[in-house]
Amino acid sequence: MNWQLMWDSLPRMLGGMGLTLQLIGGSLALGAVVAFAVALLRLSGNRPVEWIAGAYVFVFRGTPLLVQIFLIYYGLGQFEFVRDSILWPVLREPMWCAILALTLNTGAYTSEVLRGAILSVPQGQIEAARACGMSRALAFRRIVLPVAVRQMLPAYGNEVILMVKASSLASTITLMEITGIARRMIAQTFAVFELFIVAGAIYLILNFVASRLIKYAEWRLTPYLRARA
Amino acid sequence: MLELLSFGPNGWGGQLLTGTAMTVAVAVSAFAFGIVMGSLGASAKLSHSLILNALADVYTTVVRGIPELLVIYLLFFGGNGVVSAIASAFGYDGRVELNAFTIGVVAVGLISGAYSTEVIRGAVRSVPFGQIEAARACGMGRWLILRRVLVPQTMRFALPGLGNVWQLTLKDTALVSVTALAELMRATHLAAGATREPFLFYSAAAVLYLALTTVSTILFDRAEQTANRGVRRA
Repeated sequence: MNWQLMWDSLPRMLGGMGLTLQLIGGSLALGAVVAFAVALLRLSGNRPVEWIAGAYVFVFRGTPLLVQIFLIYYGLGQFEFVRDSILWPVLREPMWCAILALTLNTGAYTSEVLRGAILSVPQGQIEAARACGMSRALAFRRIVLPVAVRQMLPAYGNEVILMVKASSLASTITLMEITGIARRMIAQTFAVFELFIVAGAIYLILNFVASRLIKYAEWRLTPYLRARA
Repeated sequence: MLELLSFGPNGWGGQLLTGTAMTVAVAVSAFAFGIVMGSLGASAKLSHSLILNALADVYTTVVRGIPELLVIYLLFFGGNGVVSAIASAFGYDGRVELNAFTIGVVAVGLISGAYSTEVIRGAVRSVPFGQIEAARACGMGRWLILRRVLVPQTMRFALPGLGNVWQLTLKDTALVSVTALAELMRATHLAAGATREPFLFYSAAAVLYLALTTVSTILFDRAEQTANRGVRRA
């Protein structure tokens, strides 16, 4: 075991941390917006809209993320009209392609989690809100959504961890985040195990922090469970 | 354009189908390996040995906590070294080369096994303890209880969870393409590069993966129905 090499590789690996965090943060934030919209569409009661939203979820959950990344990064650039459009400066960048693919992927999974959580809100609470004179929109904003968000947190925590791991696939389209740097350094030094341990430890710490943050959010959002104890 | 997907001399249909077959082969082998690892992991986690508990905990935490790609790189770059070291310890001097298929199966199987461990552990725990006591009271030995009481019911309880693990495993095989194993993703990559039609070929790959996941959903639903045929529903 080459400890010196492990220690020396740390600053370079941590240099990729910024990119990893940007990928995770960007795709989780945008993915939440997508998930919210898709969950609402799937519960809209309009058959064609529900079908389209369902097809989106089916396709993105049923195919590997790597296919989605390559389809966006390599596939879209093949078309003249994409290259001529105003979106090209965005779609040309591997960073934005990776964020777009991760966003669409997590959006599909999270929308299912959110949809289940919205459906799990007891009907009686909605009826009570309506009986108090709240409009449907107000009842959704004040009653359904807060309860649903709290309900979905454990499952969403799994999704966050999946995203931390999924961000490593960005290295396949030239992005030098932690896995990309680890791969390059392994190819240079052949110190496979040492570098694997360093990179793996960084991901484990990231996932540990992520799961703690979700636990903390859960704790904050369930004061009624604490008071009783 | 569709000619490119056909089976003729100018088409890549044959390569894509061979790749799909390879993907299925890797996924099935890795899933089977994963179930073996998962059974070992679950029995380690349920045993009363603190060392085995700790080992299994480290296995599931580490493998589930780091990116799949990193695990595949570890075996791709490091696997041959380990095997050669083991071989030379047994007095074999020469270089042992693992082929890409073995590396892919072991890497994806290790990942699959970590998830299977938790599924199988949960399934074993949901067999009511009274049944094991009853079996013991009837005079059954450990192995007979395992074979007649525990395993049949564990398989039934584990089926939905293992269905999820199978879908994960199937999709994880796409990552094995970084080791140049000619599975579906790799075949698609080559076809896309050679024809300069990446959109067409990656879409075709997406459709093929969707077909695989859809068929497996149906098969697992059937298996669940069969497994639960003797269970009364409320």
